[in-house]
Amino acid sequence: MLIAAKLRAQLSYRVSFALDCLGQALTQAMEMIAILVLFGRVSALGGFAVREVLVMYAFASISFGLSELVIGDLDRLSRYIRSGDFDVLLMRPLGTLPQLMVADVQLRRLGRALTGLAVLGYALSTMDIDWTAPRAFLVVLTPITGTAIFASIWVAACSVTFWLVDSSELPNTLTYGSGMFTSYPITVFGGWLRKLLAFVVPGAFVSYYPTLAVLGRPDPLGAPGWVSWLSPVVALVAMTAAGWLWRFAVRHYRGTGS
Amino acid sequence: MPSRLGCYPRVALAGFRRYSTYRQATAAGLTTNVVFGLMRVAVLFAALDAAPNHATISGLARASTATYVWLGQGMIAFVLLWGGNELAERIRSGDVVVDLYRPWDLQAAQLAADLGRAGHAALTRLLPPLVFGALFFPFRWPERATTWPLFAVAAVLALLVSFAIRFLLSILTFWLLDNRGVLSMYGVTSALLSGLTLPLAFFPDWASTALSYTPFPALMQSPIDVFLERGDVANLVARQAFWVVLLIVAGRVVLRRAARRVVVQGG
Repeated sequence: MLIAAKLRAQLSYRVSFALDCLGQALTQAMEMIAILVLFGRVSALGGFAVREVLVMYAFASISFGLSELVIGDLDRLSRYIRSGDFDVLLMRPLGTLPQLMVADVQLRRLGRALTGLAVLGYALSTMDIDWTAPRAFLVVLTPITGTAIFASIWVAACSVTFWLVDSSELPNTLTYGSGMFTSYPITVFGGWLRKLLAFVVPGAFVSYYPTLAVLGRPDPLGAPGWVSWLSPVVALVAMTAAGWLWRFAVRHYRGTGS
Repeated sequence: MPSRLGCYPRVALAGFRRYSTYRQATAAGLTTNVVFGLMRVAVLFAALDAAPNHATISGLARASTATYVWLGQGMIAFVLLWGGNELAERIRSGDVVVDLYRPWDLQAAQLAADLGRAGHAALTRLLPPLVFGALFFPFRWPERATTWPLFAVAAVLALLVSFAIRFLLSILTFWLLDNRGVLSMYGVTSALLSGLTLPLAFFPDWASTALSYTPFPALMQSPIDVFLERGDVANLVARQAFWVVLLIVAGRVVLRRAARRVVVQGG
């Protein structure tokens, strides 16, 4: 009921809402322009053609946009802790995480997801894909698993805020950084950067592996074919790990004392 | 002697000191710049690998490309590409009236504070990514000794262009009452148009030509090109100077009109 009221309030300022939405869509579109400019000079990036990279970018954009919608006020956690409002959340007979998530649902964040959706529609419709039922199902499922993985990254990264109250920009490095990382094939990145952002932070399962599965391409890095279908499992593991980390962090929370 | 420069050196010093108290924020911002720098270098190197001649795009080889990225990541905080909307907040709240009545020139005082801020950023945000890039990546140092002072001039001119644009966007608040929409549009587009995301030389010719008639390259691409000794360096700096003069004068004219409005309304 609270959420419905919040949504109605945002929709009541139509022009402002539309402009906000457009701004978010444009923000997301900048990385797409960068991809297109690069492909004006080269025909492949990390071994992938322009439409293949656009599919990855699209899955990443939709997932990132929806995850921003889902996390609500979580990115303002440091303000909650500093002001003592977090202690109020602890008093209520509800989980702290769900409370933060429903505290604010910013519909304008749909803008990012809409850019991704448009690019996905364009790229998939102009490619020669051997459509099967599992592949079509995967196209629908991937934004959901991607959102779950991104939301887990947000939760895990924001857990750090309990120890480092003043560095609210630090979680953003990981979350927005993953947003950019997942827009490109992981073959572009090398060494420990790939290991960290593709597998420790499971960024590879947001867009890279689902795209390989949809396109029916083997992994140039040599992972067996079934790995490309693992995203739902990875999403479940990520959510469990993030939830565990959050509870661990909250248990060690002492308040700012003021 | 202090009377000749008035209060401005002290305002600049206060700007420097103010930012030196935000240590954790500086470290966090630096981490963000480095992480994004690592990814930008990886993407651009992948493009160079796929280039028709396997080595360069638009004359940029690996060392120049990496240098371009680390210099750009350092310049973000130095020129303050994003953020810094305090003046607009003061205009919205009405506190700006106090600032207008102070015995100083508002634009000059804002500039002094921004120079102080940038001085701090030069040490804590511009140098570290450069050192990081020079240590861990192929790096192209300037070949001519004259490039160093020229780069210093180009970097300061970039800062002045950025300041003049931010000042103009802030005083638009006198008319708009809320400049956040305009500011976020500028923030969104400036990274790409100034040549931070990709070197402008990678853009199609029509796009880079069109952009050369805007102040955007003066923010980022020009000082980087001076450092990399690409193109007609004197011309680049002269163009930057042109935009500084134009935008600072525009700021003064708009501020004078805005101040007249305030006096009439507040009467």
